[in-house]
Amino acid sequence: MTSNGAADVMVRVEGLRKSYGTVEAVRGVSLDVHRGQVVVVIGPSGCGKSTFLRCINLLETPSAGTLRVGDRTIDFGTPPADKGHAMPRGRDLARFRARIGMVFQQFDLFPHMTALGNVMSGPVIVKKVREAEAETIARNLLAKVGLANFTARFPRELSGGQQQRVAIARAMAMEPELMLFDEVTSALDPELVGEVLDVMKELALEGTTMIVVTHEMAFARDVADHVVVMDQGQVVEQGVAAEVLLQPKNARTVSFLSRFHSTIGERKA
Amino acid sequence: MAYKWDFGLIFSYANFWAKGLGITLAYSVGTVLGGLIIGVICGMLLLYKRKWLTLPIHFYVELFRCTPLLVQIVWFYYALPIVLSVELPAWLAAGLGLTLYMGAFATEIFRGGIISIDKGQWQAARALGMTNGEMMRNIILPQAIKRMVPPFVNQSIIQLKNTSLLYVVAVPDLMYTGSIVVSDTFRPLEVYTSVAAMYFAILYPLTLWAKRMEAKVDQ
Repeated sequence: MTSNGAADVMVRVEGLRKSYGTVEAVRGVSLDVHRGQVVVVIGPSGCGKSTFLRCINLLETPSAGTLRVGDRTIDFGTPPADKGHAMPRGRDLARFRARIGMVFQQFDLFPHMTALGNVMSGPVIVKKVREAEAETIARNLLAKVGLANFTARFPRELSGGQQQRVAIARAMAMEPELMLFDEVTSALDPELVGEVLDVMKELALEGTTMIVVTHEMAFARDVADHVVVMDQGQVVEQGVAAEVLLQPKNARTVSFLSRFHSTIGERKA
Repeated sequence: MAYKWDFGLIFSYANFWAKGLGITLAYSVGTVLGGLIIGVICGMLLLYKRKWLTLPIHFYVELFRCTPLLVQIVWFYYALPIVLSVELPAWLAAGLGLTLYMGAFATEIFRGGIISIDKGQWQAARALGMTNGEMMRNIILPQAIKRMVPPFVNQSIIQLKNTSLLYVVAVPDLMYTGSIVVSDTFRPLEVYTSVAAMYFAILYPLTLWAKRMEAKVDQ
């Protein structure tokens, strides 16, 4: 990304906090994501990166901070803020989420719908798109993720990698302005990881704005425009992928990445 | 001294039996449907996590689950009209107890079915931008109803058996009909054996059907 104009900012997070009772999972995270940018968030387990991601589409209610996605800004206040008073509700909340696609670790496809039905579900149920039109959208997306011949399969009849690709297509069917990926390859058998990452790379190349929480360092190195390292609920380091991953400055980043160096140095995926 | 069984007498009361059977079935269907309606409404309300709403419902459910049905029927028959100081026809008072009893179980079945749906389904639906209503109708209920059906059918079968308790408040169901026929014929062995056989003839096929359906849901 070259442009840094404010108009170009797709997501702006300032001082975001999320606590559960006395435990603070996210402790004041700020981040700008520009249109078309791929931001990869890494960090040890339990560092708050997934919670942070889930705050962006309000699957979690932030405790404090400001969140802007597209033209919508929500101010959750400064601590000790009245938790959730600014949280959108009902249809307003649903509309906010509809513009943001999300893919989960466990795929979470709807088991009572075929692959096609899953991908059509967003447009038909949320956007009230006509069935025929939604089917065209869904078929194109399934073809794009390499599943043109699997449209009639139910989730249980698909491999993990295939299910996850359906889940990506399902999120993309809403034509989201922003895509969130929450450790989408962590539940997959190693040999199935590649097919999912390939789809994500393709989306990145097409200019999809993405925030990706992952442990796939090679993916981060090859695809990310910007890498954010989180630890204990805070951003400890961020910057251009190559710099952060190969010449980390923060001690905690160094120690975290030391476990992955074989992967980062290796193969150009 | 061998007892001489004589079932011939039983058949001469055919019309009588038919009426009793009809009342048993009517009470079963009526109270199951009423219970279902209560269950859906209360089960839905339990999903709103508001204490002032869930507390009374939990109280209702536990009250009816933790007192004997026989006591409930008798109470509704004798006490309720006095408490409400209204004349309730006997058939209604007795039916009300059975209905509320079924409703308590149906509430739990409904709630259990809903909360058994994996949390991933809820978050995936929400992430797509569905409102609560859209999510319920399209994602949660279609999956949950499949899981609710077997326990609901089982509870309905129990309910049919439970209607025999109406006997104590003189509702002329199958069981009560039996007692009338006994007082007429002095043939309790034949009569109560026939009553049992009639219940069995209705319930056994229902049980088989429920089992088959359960197997289907498990797939």
